[in-house]
Amino acid sequence: MKLTPGAVITEPGSTTRYQTNGWRTFRPAVDSGKCTGCGLCWLYCPDAVISRGKPPGVDYRYCKGCGICANECPAKAITMVPEERG
Amino acid sequence: MVARVMSGNEVVAYGVKLSRAEIVPSYPITPQTTIVEQIAEFIANGEMRAELMRVESEYAAMGACIGASLMGARTFTATSSQGLAFMHELTHWAAGSRLPIVMAVVNRAMAPPWNIWADQQDVLSQRDTGWLSLFCETNQEVLDTCIQAFRISEDREVLLPVMFSLDGFMLSHTSEPVELPKQGDVDGFLPESRRPPLLDVDHPTTLFNVPVPEQYMEFRHWIEKSMDAARRVIPKADREFKRRFGRGYRGMLEPYWLEGAEVALLTAGSVCGTVRDVVESLRKRGEKVGMIKLRSFRPFPSEELRRACEGLRVLGVADRACSFGMGGIIFSDVSAALQPLNVRVLGFIAGLGGRDITHRDIWRMFKRCIRAIEVTPARAIEWFV
Repeated sequence: MKLTPGAVITEPGSTTRYQTNGWRTFRPAVDSGKCTGCGLCWLYCPDAVISRGKPPGVDYRYCKGCGICANECPAKAITMVPEERG
Repeated sequence: MVARVMSGNEVVAYGVKLSRAEIVPSYPITPQTTIVEQIAEFIANGEMRAELMRVESEYAAMGACIGASLMGARTFTATSSQGLAFMHELTHWAAGSRLPIVMAVVNRAMAPPWNIWADQQDVLSQRDTGWLSLFCETNQEVLDTCIQAFRISEDREVLLPVMFSLDGFMLSHTSEPVELPKQGDVDGFLPESRRPPLLDVDHPTTLFNVPVPEQYMEFRHWIEKSMDAARRVIPKADREFKRRFGRGYRGMLEPYWLEGAEVALLTAGSVCGTVRDVVESLRKRGEKVGMIKLRSFRPFPSEELRRACEGLRVLGVADRACSFGMGGIIFSDVSAALQPLNVRVLGFIAGLGGRDITHRDIWRMFKRCIRAIEVTPARAIEWFV
């Protein structure tokens, strides 16, 4: 990548090339039986990796495993599973 | 050319107007406040086309300067002492983002204990932020340095912010005759800023990114390289200024009466005027003494200083600030720069918190330096308390 003074990136959207899944130690696992499709996980996800639906989709290329979705889910349909156990 | 009797702060406001700054975000603090009051008056009277932005703190003022400069606007602010310290995180941010912001620093002591008077601790504590840092001796130099600062800062090889200093009250609230150049002549020296905006919805960019360890160091190295470029750009701007307006300041430092000198005193700011007087009296008595006036503190003119000091036996450095546990801040830099030369460097700390540095004090400093030609002094650093 070409470096510019002031570290300015002039190409919009290039951040999608940086997959942040390596940061994750826990992954959100969705229990589709419990999910009510309320959309709170989609609303709260700070990285916009959750797509709305019943059950919701998770883009694991960018999910950092912060666990906010699991914390917010009123139906307790999302649990954080350690990565090493898949 | 028109001459008017003006305080240093009025002069800064005129310099900013003549430089056609487009936005002035600022927060009041003594002894800076009357700069921005005068700018507000210019804008209210329709004499200056700029936006005066009132913000809730100096931290916000520098934040607004960064935003305005990202839009490509010619940006100015002014502060003093605690206000400058409050900006400190963002002064790093402005330099790292390579934004040509110009700031007047009206030098004032740091608290506690509270003190509003002249002292250079405030500006020298910004030493490592990546800003260029210039000092002024007279109100005329304040005006001329303000106009030069915009040109230096916006130079494509530099693109770093510039702060220029005037001693609180000694210059800021003292009136002197100052020649005001014509607007058209200043426009010739300082053309309109043509930087494209970095904040543009049609051409989005990502700013303030996170370079990884394999990349970060390059950005810091570029700042240092731009400081090297500034070593050429500052004297060039000063020469060009002299060609157009008839006044110049010898670039980064001014050697004064160094011909045949064995001893010299180096200092920065308004006290240089007093040192000139003492040099003149001592020369009349046959003492081989001179002065070095430091105009650019960052970049530090190490090469120019070494050239000026060839032939000297002792150089005294009078600091209006202290790096506690080490000594004078300028003294340390001078000692490092002169390391290859066989010149003894003595440090004097004087005039903190607005205490006068009198002719007698300067006389005593020269005496200490003259004695040090023959006798190694017990202490390299002395407080004039």
